[in-house]
Amino acid sequence: MTVDTMAAIRQTFFQECEEQLSEMELGLLAMDEGNADSETVNADFRAVHSIKGGAGAFKLTALVQFAHTFETALDYVRGGKLAPTADVMKPMLRAADVLADLVEASRDGKEIEESTYASVAADVKALTAAEGEEEVEEVIDFQPTVIDFGMPEIAAEPTTSPLHEYRIHFAPRPELYANANEAALIIREFSRLGSIEVSCDTSAVPSLDAIDPEGAYLSWQIRLSSEAAIEAVRDVFEFVDGETEINIETDGQPEVSDADIAALLAQALGGAPSFGSEETAAEEPTSEPKSEAAHEPPPVEVIAFPGQAVETQKVAAVAAQTTIRVEFDRVDRLINLVGELVINQAMLSQRVIEANFAGSSSVVIGLEELEQLTREIQESVMAIRAQPVKPLFQRMSRTVREVADATGKQVRLKTDGEATEVDKTVVERLAEPLTHMIRNAVDHGIESPEARIAAGKSPEGTVRLSAAHRSGRIVIEITDDGAGIDRPKVRASAIKKGLISPDAQLSDSDIDNLLFLPGFSTAATISNISGRGVGMDVVKRSILALGGRISISSRPGQGSTFSMSLPLTLAVLDGMAVSVAGQTLVVPLTAIVETLKPKKGEIHALGSEGRVMSIRNTFIPLIDVGTQMGFRDTPADPEHSVAILIETGGGARNALLVDSIQDQRQVVIKSLEANYGTVAGIAAATILGDGRVALILDVDALVTGSFEDQRGETLRYGTEG
Amino acid sequence: MMHNAETSANSANLEFVAFRVGAQEFCIDIMGVREIRGWTQATPLPHAPPYVRGVINLRGAVLPIVDLAMRFGLGLTEPTPRSVIIVVQVHQQVIGLLVDAVSDILTVVEAAMQPTPDIASDLAKTFVKGVYAVDGRMISIVSLDCVLPISAKAAA
Repeated sequence: MTVDTMAAIRQTFFQECEEQLSEMELGLLAMDEGNADSETVNADFRAVHSIKGGAGAFKLTALVQFAHTFETALDYVRGGKLAPTADVMKPMLRAADVLADLVEASRDGKEIEESTYASVAADVKALTAAEGEEEVEEVIDFQPTVIDFGMPEIAAEPTTSPLHEYRIHFAPRPELYANANEAALIIREFSRLGSIEVSCDTSAVPSLDAIDPEGAYLSWQIRLSSEAAIEAVRDVFEFVDGETEINIETDGQPEVSDADIAALLAQALGGAPSFGSEETAAEEPTSEPKSEAAHEPPPVEVIAFPGQAVETQKVAAVAAQTTIRVEFDRVDRLINLVGELVINQAMLSQRVIEANFAGSSSVVIGLEELEQLTREIQESVMAIRAQPVKPLFQRMSRTVREVADATGKQVRLKTDGEATEVDKTVVERLAEPLTHMIRNAVDHGIESPEARIAAGKSPEGTVRLSAAHRSGRIVIEITDDGAGIDRPKVRASAIKKGLISPDAQLSDSDIDNLLFLPGFSTAATISNISGRGVGMDVVKRSILALGGRISISSRPGQGSTFSMSLPLTLAVLDGMAVSVAGQTLVVPLTAIVETLKPKKGEIHALGSEGRVMSIRNTFIPLIDVGTQMGFRDTPADPEHSVAILIETGGGARNALLVDSIQDQRQVVIKSLEANYGTVAGIAAATILGDGRVALILDVDALVTGSFEDQRGETLRYGTEG
Repeated sequence: MMHNAETSANSANLEFVAFRVGAQEFCIDIMGVREIRGWTQATPLPHAPPYVRGVINLRGAVLPIVDLAMRFGLGLTEPTPRSVIIVVQVHQQVIGLLVDAVSDILTVVEAAMQPTPDIASDLAKTFVKGVYAVDGRMISIVSLDCVLPISAKAAA
């Protein structure tokens, strides 16, 4: 096998690992909440098992070992020997984190010090060790003797249905071991179904000089008496399908096994899934002589395994049709091209109008259809890149666990609206601010268990993370049921740090917004969780950079809510095109509250250059976009201009003075940074219908800049609203 | 050309695009040139240095335009219909250079390149990495590394 194909397989393995890890975490969380049905536990076990198997194939020893420990514990839960209580699930969830770390480290070719996760491994091991059963590690030591696997609770149960006798021939091929499976696990699985007698056939073992260390020479004969149906017996081999030779022979209650066999045959032949009666089943034209079943000697039925293989293949084929893996680069390229198409279509429309074709209705209709089609293509293409926020939210549950552990708090994360979809680029850039806010919610929001009990709350705090689509944007809320914002403390701290003047008149929401000021930290002791010098100001800036807004609401003693509203995509933006000094600028529609025509007497001078506008008896700072951008030196005459009332992410209101409003349109966002650099007051560029570049205003930077110019920073927050 | 470059560094032929800025002639390595196109009205950028004339749309990409005359301290170019934008790649960025006219494509033997005469001119020190004589004309070889200053990025 060439290096390239190996690398490709390796890549696929890690991709699948990621999917399995996230599925597994979901399952574990469900178990943690007490919603553990057997399918969930099985799915988790399968996930860990396949990671272990794949890791074995790539010789990732540390990963295999840890996965094995974890798998054993899950196996205990699966077998009902370990109840998924909170005490059990806590180490399990941490083990899932470690497993994810190990997978990531293996993918990047790094090593993780075993000491960093040894305690987790020990905790998980302790879960199984507590049961007092020694794990059968060495399969090679098997002697052809009867082994009592000691399952009294199952064996001693009063049998209500008749016992079946199975004779199972189990001869693993080398692939089974290569995939990090173990014969002992399979055999132990049978012990769960009933009482077993195992004998090992060592006759195939060659002499020492001929032995292949990676070969498989042992086979086992297993006599199983169980009330389980043959499907259950067959299911034991589910994970080693194709890696071993298996023959299952049954004898015993003829009429029962007859029905079983008929059902199986019907399945194997791909016929009707169920049958009407025993007679019809018996009359089915099969190669097996059914009629003899009722007489002695007891019939020996060989179960057709290829039939099962066909079934699983069918399932795989169906799954393959529903999704395909596509590299993000290809999708990104498609999105760029569609962006060009949108611009080109707008240019074409404009040229047609310029060329006076507008009178010809067929051309106009054709253009309208083209426009509609373009928009539909754009929406469909954007939908390809849309991803649910679920993986992002799952990562947060880990953050909550880690921070809660580190701070000695009891916190539960509840998520809502995980299926809400948003563009991949938004999801990616949301991870960091969200992690930070979750950390804050646990570290600063939720109180210690003692304080919670003293306040009459449950010792376990709740952080709720929710996502929802609201009017073309995604709204993400983080709510904690902690103590809420301590406003006197925030205010005192802000005064101490010189962020506000001591006599500033601040409303509650003004004080809450102080948290977003750079370098603000209220934690009495700076913990290594929240106090990393990354404050809420950074969170706010990242959200604003995404074209989003963030707001706080808090009620003392009841908790706080951080609410973020974000665009669904970073590729297009709804904006208002305005004219300023002969230039076209685009104002993001999300920032606009209303547009006004200033009247004489509504504009008041303040200081040497500052002007405010009176809107319904409130004085709003007026920003002359033309002079601010350096497009002209003399301020515009307000009476011949239009004022656009805008609201920034922090809730500050300002009025932008522009010459006129052109229209409202959807624009494709183009980077200025790629070939030039960032420009103060400009968020990005776009291309207009006439092919010219127009700049998109960065409303927040514009407002902040004007504040600093006109009033100095200290008063900034005192004068908002 | 590649073949020659391999044989000997001294006799290697380099190709340059020669252009006129004001009364002076300059040239740049043809390998850095993406395309040459006519002048179109640029959208001015706020707070940009005076030699950045603004940005234009180059098939969907936003392309900043540098007025080379202004950049070299030779005064603002009055764009005419004959003005030309040379689209060049400088490191990771693609920019347009506004020049008065493209005059020639020169094939130059590297050995014929002369070092920049030692004069007390910022232009010479910053942007000219050598000169070349052809038919009695002096053509300065322009280094593009400093055409867009880092300060443009730090303007925010």
